[in-house]
Amino acid sequence: MHEMGITRNIVSIVAEAAKSQKVRRVKLEIGKLSAVMPEALMFCFDVVSKGTVLEGATLEIVEVAGKAICRDCGANVELHQIVTACTCGSRDLKRISGEELNIKEMELEAA
Amino acid sequence: MCGTCGCSEGNKATVIDLQTGEHTHIDAEGNEIIHTHDHDHSHNHNHEQDHKHDLSSVSAHANAHGTTVALEQAIMQKNDALAIRNRAWFSGREILALNLVSSPGSGKTTILERTIIDLKGKTPICVIEGDQQTANDAQRIKDSGAPSVQINTGTGCHLEADMVMVGLKALKPTAGSIVMIENVGNLVCPALFDLGEMAKVAILSVTEGEDKPLKYPHMFQASDLMLLNKIDLLPHLDFDVKACLAYAKQVNPNIEIIQLSAKTGEGMADWYTWLDNQSAKAVAQAFV
Ligand SMILES: Nc1nc2c(ncn2[C@@H]2O[C@H](COP(=O)(O)OP(=O)(O)OP(=O)(O)O)[C@@H](O)[C@H]2O)c(=O)[nH]1
Ligand SMILES: [Mg+2]
Ligand SMILES: [Zn+2]
Ligand SMILES: [Zn+2]
Repeated sequence: MHEMGITRNIVSIVAEAAKSQKVRRVKLEIGKLSAVMPEALMFCFDVVSKGTVLEGATLEIVEVAGKAICRDCGANVELHQIVTACTCGSRDLKRISGEELNIKEMELEAA
Repeated sequence: MCGTCGCSEGNKATVIDLQTGEHTHIDAEGNEIIHTHDHDHSHNHNHEQDHKHDLSSVSAHANAHGTTVALEQAIMQKNDALAIRNRAWFSGREILALNLVSSPGSGKTTILERTIIDLKGKTPICVIEGDQQTANDAQRIKDSGAPSVQINTGTGCHLEADMVMVGLKALKPTAGSIVMIENVGNLVCPALFDLGEMAKVAILSVTEGEDKPLKYPHMFQASDLMLLNKIDLLPHLDFDVKACLAYAKQVNPNIEIIQLSAKTGEGMADWYTWLDNQSAKAVAQAFV
């Protein structure tokens, strides 16, 4: 499960930024087309954060909808799934969102 | 734990150089653990851990009030940064690097064996083999006449950029050559891990379902080329080639498709032409 490795990245980036302060909450931005499942991240987070300054922290995940621009007609296309066609029939879409894998912010406990 | 020598390093991958027989480990942080083995097996461990610290240092101005601190960092930043480094390394040497991805058993190694033999004396090729266990595939490559390193990812289901970097150190590919990176047989997470390749090549064999591109769209969207392998078996199967090609194009309208058989050699010439064109592109793109 690749979510395990991804969660290790999250914990290591946040722990480094937090220095030794305790982290209360971590906010992520996960694109809906990214092949990363929020539920799996939640599960892995509890396991991976054990024994770190992130232990017990809340994981907040903001999902980002998939959007694209049609290369043929220029229309904005909502990508509800990874394989979609424009209303004009074209499948040549330039993706502009939906693949995000970012750590937005963390909340630190009062010292 | 290392499957080759039995020593435990808490590492995430092992890199075996088939030319020298030596191996190194990569730890969870992506650092190479250099490891000199004497032949009498007195473990003479020489742990060189070069600690590279985060490339992007966060200005986390956290004051002590239960503050929210903006981070704005990419989760994949470490891998992506190393992939960029690999890509620049390839580019400066006019090397064509390809990341071969597929389900287990589609014929990646067989295609490489035949390619190495057919292009002998024309195009220098070396291979980085990724498998969870065994050095069998790297040995097959070596037997075909090309330098190879084996990366064993253990429980890891994909290659990462740091592993490729360590593999390159061992292989030292020559300028103008082709570096083939055979990823671990898996159609999911290799799409998330950039290795610094110029293109991904997805291999699908006709013994799999024709709807694979629809089931694993991320991988087929990320690939520039699809090789449809084992077409020698078509007379014995119900595989619908037309539907398969349509599904692949539906998922990725720009994907190129070559039908071939690594067994009979049919269609291999088209693959070699594609490689030639890509090599020319690698040269044209160098230093830009
Ligand atoms: N009939 C036929 N068999 C093939 C062809 N190419 C590969 N095979 C067979 O398919 C099996 C798997 O081939 P490999 O080359 O080991 O496949 P792979 O993708 O490297 O496998 P992993 O590294 O384990 O994921 C072997 O038994 C090959 O002989 C082909 O074109 N036709
Ligand atoms: Mg193989
Ligand atoms: Zn359109
Ligand atoms: Zn994986």
